[in-house]
Amino acid sequence: MDIELMISSFPKLLSATIITLKLLSVSLIFGLFIGLIFAILRLNKNIFINKFAYGYSYLFRGTPLLVQIFIIYFGLGQIEYLRSTFLWVVLKEPYWCAIIAFALNTGAYTSEILRSAFQTIKPGIIEAGKSLGISNKIIFYKIQIPIAIRQSLPAYGNEIILMMKGTSLASTVTLMDLTGVAKYIISTTFKPIEVFIVAGGIYLFMTFIIHNLIKLLERKYSFSE
Amino acid sequence: MNILKKTIFSVLASLLIIGNVYASDKIKIGTEGAYPPWNSKDASGKLIGFEVELAWTLCRYMGKQCTIVEQDWDGMIPALIMRKFDAIMAGMSITAERQKAISFSQGYADEVASLAVMKGSSLEGLDTPAGINLTKPDGAAKKALKTLTAALAGKTVCVQTATIHQNFLDSGDVGKVNVRTYKTQDEVNLDLASGRCDAALAAAVAFSDYAEKSGKPVVLTGPTFSGGAFGNGVGVGIRKDDTELLKSFNSAINQARKNGDISRIATKWFGFDASM
Repeated sequence: MDIELMISSFPKLLSATIITLKLLSVSLIFGLFIGLIFAILRLNKNIFINKFAYGYSYLFRGTPLLVQIFIIYFGLGQIEYLRSTFLWVVLKEPYWCAIIAFALNTGAYTSEILRSAFQTIKPGIIEAGKSLGISNKIIFYKIQIPIAIRQSLPAYGNEIILMMKGTSLASTVTLMDLTGVAKYIISTTFKPIEVFIVAGGIYLFMTFIIHNLIKLLERKYSFSE
Repeated sequence: MNILKKTIFSVLASLLIIGNVYASDKIKIGTEGAYPPWNSKDASGKLIGFEVELAWTLCRYMGKQCTIVEQDWDGMIPALIMRKFDAIMAGMSITAERQKAISFSQGYADEVASLAVMKGSSLEGLDTPAGINLTKPDGAAKKALKTLTAALAGKTVCVQTATIHQNFLDSGDVGKVNVRTYKTQDEVNLDLASGRCDAALAAAVAFSDYAEKSGKPVVLTGPTFSGGAFGNGVGVGIRKDDTELLKSFNSAINQARKNGDISRIATKWFGFDASM
């Protein structure tokens, strides 16, 4: 065990954690937005809209995240026509390719989480609102959404943690995130165990923080008291 | 009682001897299988290339039973140290940095590195000598480095991770370039062709091989590099405590060189004699 290497690599890994957190937060914001839209589409009565939303979540939940990143980064990069369009400005950058892949992936899972949360709302609650003469719009925003958020918090917390670990795949498309820098240090020191233990520790600490934040939110939005 | 003891002892002793013979007669050689023409895979997934063929030849000279196994490039040296295999033959240049972790046999082949760009790039046709040696750079080499520093300023240069090519760009000899690292040379080639990289740095043969097989207009530019950060030829990587194996590899390489095997195999795969 090379303790000295563990100590000297810690600050380098910590500064790489900023990239990891950036990737995580930006893709979660986009993903939540995508997830909400597709959850609402899933609840639509129109069979085409419904099937389209189902197809999206089926596709992105049914394929590995690594494959999705590779298709978006290396796959789309091979299409010559695409390189002459404005889309290439975004797709040229590994950072945005990773964000697109992560956002679409977490969006698919989030849409399922939110859909099931909406569906577990007891019809009685909505009917109670209607009988008080509250409009459908207000029922949706003021009653259904807050309840759905509370219902989905535990599952969504899991999704955040899964996504946080998923960002480690960004290193496969040249990004220097926590895993990327860990691999870089290993490539010059040839000591994988020490460096990956430190990197793993940082991931574990991030999980600890996210887990507790979600717990706090759960308590805040709990129904009782 | 005495007979029983003797029997047990002799059985154990013979097991020990058999075990030893068994261990020293069989070796595993690790290669990447993704760096043509040094080592790669054919359509059916079989390992082929200069080093695969050379490995079989060296094993014949050593009288050992060899297995060639695949290992990702970025884990090559750690895997050797952790005894996943006993020797590396993966186009690995002998550098001072790597020699801190493992030992190397004498070199069996030498490669020059070169920058590559897509045809029509502004980096094409740089005014530099055909080749520079960085071990003791002369005036022309220093001037060439200056030309490169100016040309590459702010450009994205792509390399495979943990290579001499990455070390060279990180060393600052050509100023501050935006270095992007990839897991395999295939991925470097893909992104060079897609235009994400302004230039790429690797063994010159790796680019010519790619240009030939893919038909993409990849051209070499600037000088070829050798010496300095680029090391002193490619050798067999062996664990530091494995001195016996190192000796047998060295004498096998001597024999193979004397009999013309190395240059024959090199000419077959590279198209020119890259042996040393």
